Amino acid sequence: MKSQLWKSALSPVIGISLLFAVWEIGVRVTNVSVFLLPPPSRIFQEIWTHGPMLMRHASSTLGIILAGFALSAIIGIPLALAVAFSPLFRRTVYPMLVFSQLVPKIALAPLFVIWLGFGFLPKVLIAFLLSFFAVVLQSVVGFTSIRPEQVRVARSMGAKGATLFFKVRLPQALPNIFAGLKLAMASSAIGAIVGEFIASQRGLGYLVLVANGEMNTPLSFAGMLLLTLMGIVLYFAVEGVERLTTGWHVSQRLNPAL
Amino acid sequence: MTNPAPEAAVPAAAMHITASKVGKIYPAHDGEVVALREVSFGIRAGEFLSMLGPSGCGKSTFLLLVAGLEAPTSGEIAIDGQRVTEPVTDVGIVFQEHGLYDWRTILGNIMLQGEIRRLPLGPLEVRARELLRRTGLEEFAAKYPHELSGGMRQRAAICRALVHDPSLLLFDEPFGALDALTRVQMQIDLEKLWLQRRQTVLFITHSIAEAVALSDRVAIMSPRPGQIDEVLTIDLPRPRDKAVVASKRFAEYCDAITERFMARGIIQY
Ligand SMILES: Nc1ncnc2c1ncn2[C@@H]1O[C@H](COP(=O)(O)OP(=O)(O)OP(=O)(O)O)[C@@H](O)[C@H]1O
Ligand SMILES: [Mg+2]
Repeated sequence: MKSQLWKSALSPVIGISLLFAVWEIGVRVTNVSVFLLPPPSRIFQEIWTHGPMLMRHASSTLGIILAGFALSAIIGIPLALAVAFSPLFRRTVYPMLVFSQLVPKIALAPLFVIWLGFGFLPKVLIAFLLSFFAVVLQSVVGFTSIRPEQVRVARSMGAKGATLFFKVRLPQALPNIFAGLKLAMASSAIGAIVGEFIASQRGLGYLVLVANGEMNTPLSFAGMLLLTLMGIVLYFAVEGVERLTTGWHVSQRLNPAL
Repeated sequence: MTNPAPEAAVPAAAMHITASKVGKIYPAHDGEVVALREVSFGIRAGEFLSMLGPSGCGKSTFLLLVAGLEAPTSGEIAIDGQRVTEPVTDVGIVFQEHGLYDWRTILGNIMLQGEIRRLPLGPLEVRARELLRRTGLEEFAAKYPHELSGGMRQRAAICRALVHDPSLLLFDEPFGALDALTRVQMQIDLEKLWLQRRQTVLFITHSIAEAVALSDRVAIMSPRPGQIDEVLTIDLPRPRDKAVVASKRFAEYCDAITERFMARGIIQY
C-alpha cells in the first residue's frame, strides 16, 4: 500500500520533470523570445525574485478558493440530502437548481461586482456558483444509490434516524460525495481566478492579468504555475481526506481492472 | 398430500410466528400487484422452515412482513403473540447478496450489530471471531467485502446474523448466487450452526433439494398471488449427512415436491 502510494506519486513527478526538460531545451534550441514563451528556468527565477509579492497574491487567491469550496460543501451536501429524501423538494427546488446551471455563470460575474462591489464576497460567490452543483449532483447519486437490503439490515438491528444516517447512509454516499468535492475544488479555483480577472487589485488572477498587460510574460507564467501548483495541492488534500475516510473505496479503485 | 396445511390444529401458543390472513398489495405504476393473498400459517419456535415457490410468488415479501420491514395490507403477523408493527430486532437477516456494507471490514460488518444495539463490544468481538473461525473466515476479519468471494461474503453475512444470538433467523435465498459446490458446503455449515442453537428459521429458497436437506418443514407456495399451497413435514434424521441425503426417503421427499409443482404446471417435462 505504502509503496503503491509512492509509485503513484512518483510517476507524475517524473512526467512533469520530463515536460519541463523538453520545454527548456526546446526554447533554448529554437531561441524563442522570452516574451513569447519563457523557459522554465526563467519562470522559477521569477518566482524566486518576486517570492514575497507572489505569496501575498497567492494567499489572497487561496482564501477565495477555500471559501468558495467550503460554501459548496456546506450548502451542497444538505441540498443533496433534501433532494434525495424530500419528493416535494425534488419536484420544486431541484429543477431550479438544474436550470441555474444553464445560466452562463461567468457572464454573471460582472453583475456581482455591480451588486457586491470589489471585495472578497463577489469572488467567493462566483467560486461557489461554479462549484456547488457538482457537490449536489454527486451527493444525490450517493444518497440515492443505496441498495434496499443495506437499509433493511440496519433497520432490523434497530437503527433509525440519526443512527441509520451516520452508520449507513452517509458512509455509503461518501465516495460520491468526495467525487463531487474534488470537482468542486477544481471549479472553485477557476471561479476564484475569474473573479480576480474581473474585479480585483489582488490575487494571482489579477497578477496574471497585469503581467500580461505589461507584456511581462515570465511573471504571467510564474503566476499560472503557482495557480496550477495550488490547484494540485488542494485537489490532493481533498483526496487525502478521502483516503482517510473511505480507504475501502480507494483501495477498490486501485484495482487495475477498474 | 392435497389437504391444506394440517398445522392449523397446533395451538397458536406453540407458534413463534403466526400469520393470519396476511395480504400484501404493492402499488405499481400500472395498477396494483397482489403479492400475497390471505396467507395463514405458523412457524414453531426452534423449527427450521423453508419456503419454496416459483419466482414472484411473494416469498421475499412474506419475509419482509415477518421482519416488520413492510406492513401487510390486510391481516396481521404476530411474533410470540405480539403483533408486528415496526422492524423486528430480535432477528438476524441474510439476503441473497449485497447485504454487507462495502465500507466496513468483515469484522466491522459483524460488529455493527453491537454498535447499533449498544451491546458490550468486547464480548461481542470474541463471539464474532469465534463465528468467523467456525466459518473459515478468521484470516479475513480485516478484509473488505470486495476482497472476498461470493461464498465467503455470504458466510460473513451469516456470522453477522448470528453474532447477537437472535431467536429468529430470516434467510432470503442466501445461497442463490453461489455455485453448486459452495452451496452444498454452506448448507452443511448452516445446519451445524443451527443445530447448536436451534433458533427459529424462515429460509427461502428455489432449490427443492436445499429445502429438503435443511428443513423440518417445507411450505410450498402457489404462483402469484402467493398463497401457501401445502406444508410438508420432512421427517429425516439430523444431521442431514451424506447418508441421509443419499437415502431413498430424501429422494422421495424431493420427488413429492417436484410432483406438486408439476401438478401446478410450474414444472413441465
Ligand atoms: N417494492 C415493490 N413494489 C412493487 N411491487 C413489488 C415490490 N416488491 C415485490 N413486488 C411484486 O410482488 C410480487 C412478489 O415479489 P417477491 O419479491 O415477494 O417475490 P419472490 O417470491 O421473492 O420472488 P423471487 O423468488 O423471484 O425472489 C412480484 O410480482 C413483484 O413484482
Ligand atoms: Mg425473492
